[in-house]
Amino acid sequence: MSGGESVWNGGGSPYLVNSKKFGMWLFIISDALTFSALLMAYTYLRLSTPNWPMPFHFSPSIIFSSIMTFSLLSSSLTMVMAVHAMHHNNRKSTVGWLLATIACGSLFVILHATEWMNLIHHEHITPSGNPWNEPLFGATFFGITGLHMTHVIIGVIYLSIITIAVSRGKFKYEDVEVAGLYWHFVDLVWMFVFPLVYLMSAKV
Amino acid sequence: MSSHATTHTEEAEHGTIKSFAVIWIILLVFTAIEVLLAYEQITPIIMLTALIGLSVVKAALIIAYFMHMKFEKFSLFLTLFPMLIFCICMMFVMMPDSMRAMLMRTQ
Repeated sequence: MSGGESVWNGGGSPYLVNSKKFGMWLFIISDALTFSALLMAYTYLRLSTPNWPMPFHFSPSIIFSSIMTFSLLSSSLTMVMAVHAMHHNNRKSTVGWLLATIACGSLFVILHATEWMNLIHHEHITPSGNPWNEPLFGATFFGITGLHMTHVIIGVIYLSIITIAVSRGKFKYEDVEVAGLYWHFVDLVWMFVFPLVYLMSAKV
Repeated sequence: MSSHATTHTEEAEHGTIKSFAVIWIILLVFTAIEVLLAYEQITPIIMLTALIGLSVVKAALIIAYFMHMKFEKFSLFLTLFPMLIFCICMMFVMMPDSMRAMLMRTQ
């Protein structure tokens, strides 16, 4: 808490968090609204369409997306460990955990890209059309998962920058923590995308 | 978590490695339940409600422990989340209409 300044001159800190962290929280809340609007639109269309396509076979789609969920959840755990290590000022350990997080995030992107290619080439589902003649399916599926994948890719780049800086002795605890907030948010969004988009359209 | 709270106040403020691992396992179990649920023969609206319910619990765990919200000042939570929850609830206003649209299409 900055002590010297009076509240009217910008002193004080009602939330007891630094401005970077508060800024990231504000971004997360607005991004959460973007994703909830998209998911809400998807759910509306899903419920109002009588013959919604259910193209996701157990193998490979559901297995792939389950492994993707596992890798994102594990990356959240390694991210928490990185923040924990940074809190104890152990930069070497922080870099290790951050690299593990980047590896899990990259695995997610690779699996997701493979899954997209499988859908496009084998199931003939594209953003504009599919065999069931429900173009809304492709539009919502590729729109939502595409936006989420963009977030993961940006997260991997963000974490790489943080990792390089931490290994060179730059950046403080709060920088790693703020990067962690973003990464957990990406994980959190997938916790809604996975059941709504994949599990609701699993081929029984 | 609570057993450590009195001995290590600093650890209590940031969570312990054990608490992170426990949360991670709970999240994995919930995900497994969701995948099993997808293969039950139930109507979409009930499955949707169950899946959303489980996901909300998972999201709350991630926000509280991984994103550290449990250890922040309560005023930060009050500033950020009631607004978000309210906005999301407002979006639900359109949901009953989807069932009506479904009936109109099938007729």
